[in-house]
Amino acid sequence: MSEAALYDDQMRERIKAYPGTLTYVDLIRRNKRESAVLVVLMILLGGAIGAIMGGAIAMGASSKDLAASAAVGGIAALVFAGFGALWSWFGGSNAILRMSGAVEITPEADLELFNVVDEMRIAAGLPMPKVYLIPETALNAFATGRDPEHAAVAITTALRQKLTRDELQGVIAHEVAHIRHFDIRFAMLMATMVGLIVFACDALLRTSRYGMIRGGRSSNKNEGAAMIVILVVALILGIVAPILAKMIQMAYSRKREYLADAGAVELTRNPLGLAGALRKLSEDAEPLVEAANRGTAHMFIMNPLRTSRKARGERTSVFSSHPPVSERIARLLALTR
Amino acid sequence: MSGLIIGLVIAGLFVVVLIWFVAMYNVLVRKRIDCDNGWSQIDVQLKRRYDLIPNLVETVKGYASHESETLEAVISARNQAIAVSSDAAHAMEKGKAEGALTMALGRLMAVAEAYPTLKADTSFLNLQEELTGTENKIGFSRQHFNDVVARYEESRQTFPTTIVAALFSFQKRDYFTIENEAERSAPKVSFK
Repeated sequence: MSEAALYDDQMRERIKAYPGTLTYVDLIRRNKRESAVLVVLMILLGGAIGAIMGGAIAMGASSKDLAASAAVGGIAALVFAGFGALWSWFGGSNAILRMSGAVEITPEADLELFNVVDEMRIAAGLPMPKVYLIPETALNAFATGRDPEHAAVAITTALRQKLTRDELQGVIAHEVAHIRHFDIRFAMLMATMVGLIVFACDALLRTSRYGMIRGGRSSNKNEGAAMIVILVVALILGIVAPILAKMIQMAYSRKREYLADAGAVELTRNPLGLAGALRKLSEDAEPLVEAANRGTAHMFIMNPLRTSRKARGERTSVFSSHPPVSERIARLLALTR
Repeated sequence: MSGLIIGLVIAGLFVVVLIWFVAMYNVLVRKRIDCDNGWSQIDVQLKRRYDLIPNLVETVKGYASHESETLEAVISARNQAIAVSSDAAHAMEKGKAEGALTMALGRLMAVAEAYPTLKADTSFLNLQEELTGTENKIGFSRQHFNDVVARYEESRQTFPTTIVAALFSFQKRDYFTIENEAERSAPKVSFK
């Protein structure tokens, strides 16, 4: 990919939107701050759902001690979330690699790929991650693991063949940056949390229906009114919370993608390599259906579920796991000024 | 009674300041260890290059034995580079010797271009990728070393860690810089 091909007129306009003093250090600092806020929101949401569910169950059982039941529900939800986190901590990365059909390779199989991974982990000062190839014709790559000591990078064979050494270095640097920033851990825990919230809200909707039937028989008028208020809140939350959780997760994922792009430049000192690779990735519209699903989509360098309509990624919604590619390229090129 | 309260407050403040000092101290020590680690990582890669060279020279000799001058230059540059101690005190000397080695290897690779049979040899191709990879790794390990030195120096020179750094005399660390003029300056072109 030539340098000139990256700079069309539209791109020049986009680059102008970024202040000239922007460096990868600024990007990393800003993204880290905003990411922290998102995680706190996520945890608060989980606890609240548990508490309301506890309340709804108490109502169904005509228990008088609403507050205590709510507290029990809240704590139970947090404990449940804790076990989920433990599972993803120890088994998550292997599960993801297995699901994607990735095969671990040795240096003899692809010396250049190994050298590029080695170069990037040296630049980041990390131990050598395991290297996996995904035998697929779609173009994609991802990193996983709970920390840099237990990390793995995976790339599809098609992407491996299509990139120049500089572009490959950019892609690998992006994945190593995910490892270095502990995105791989956050992404895994976040995926587990969202899964649990969706599950809990489903349970919440069922229990509030139960509460509604039982609560309707209450003889005391005031108590009945209070119950209806709580049940309405439970119903709304049960419907809204999973959507909200998904939105938060995806906002978080988009931030992390920018952060990893910035981190990749910190390692290669060459924004053009990754920018060229992203351009090639965006021109490929083949979805990675075999290796990815809604649950793991946010871990890839490019949304693996993209269709040709969305391939250019010009438009983004609150449910997009990745920022628009042109925006990512613009931010990268802004660093070359 | 009020004397006791004042005493407790002072003791509490003292403990807080102490904890804060220990934390600052640990940050500085950790960053200093990163610097030492970064330095030894460069050595690992340099060592790797020394180990590759005899194999490379043997392979080239098989196809281009009469290029003995270039081959000997590589061997002697390698031996000179090995002879220089790799501790921080000899950094400048080491950098120069390594620069000379890089140049000698560059000439060897240029010579190899003239031998199509050599260029088709798989073990030569593998050695070439190994060598390019190792040279990149040397570069990236130096970049990483400068990154950790920058983080250490930032802590050492900025408030409030600079107080602790001064109290426990944390020494300044130097960046890795290329001292070899030939490597640093771009070739000059003159039109006469």
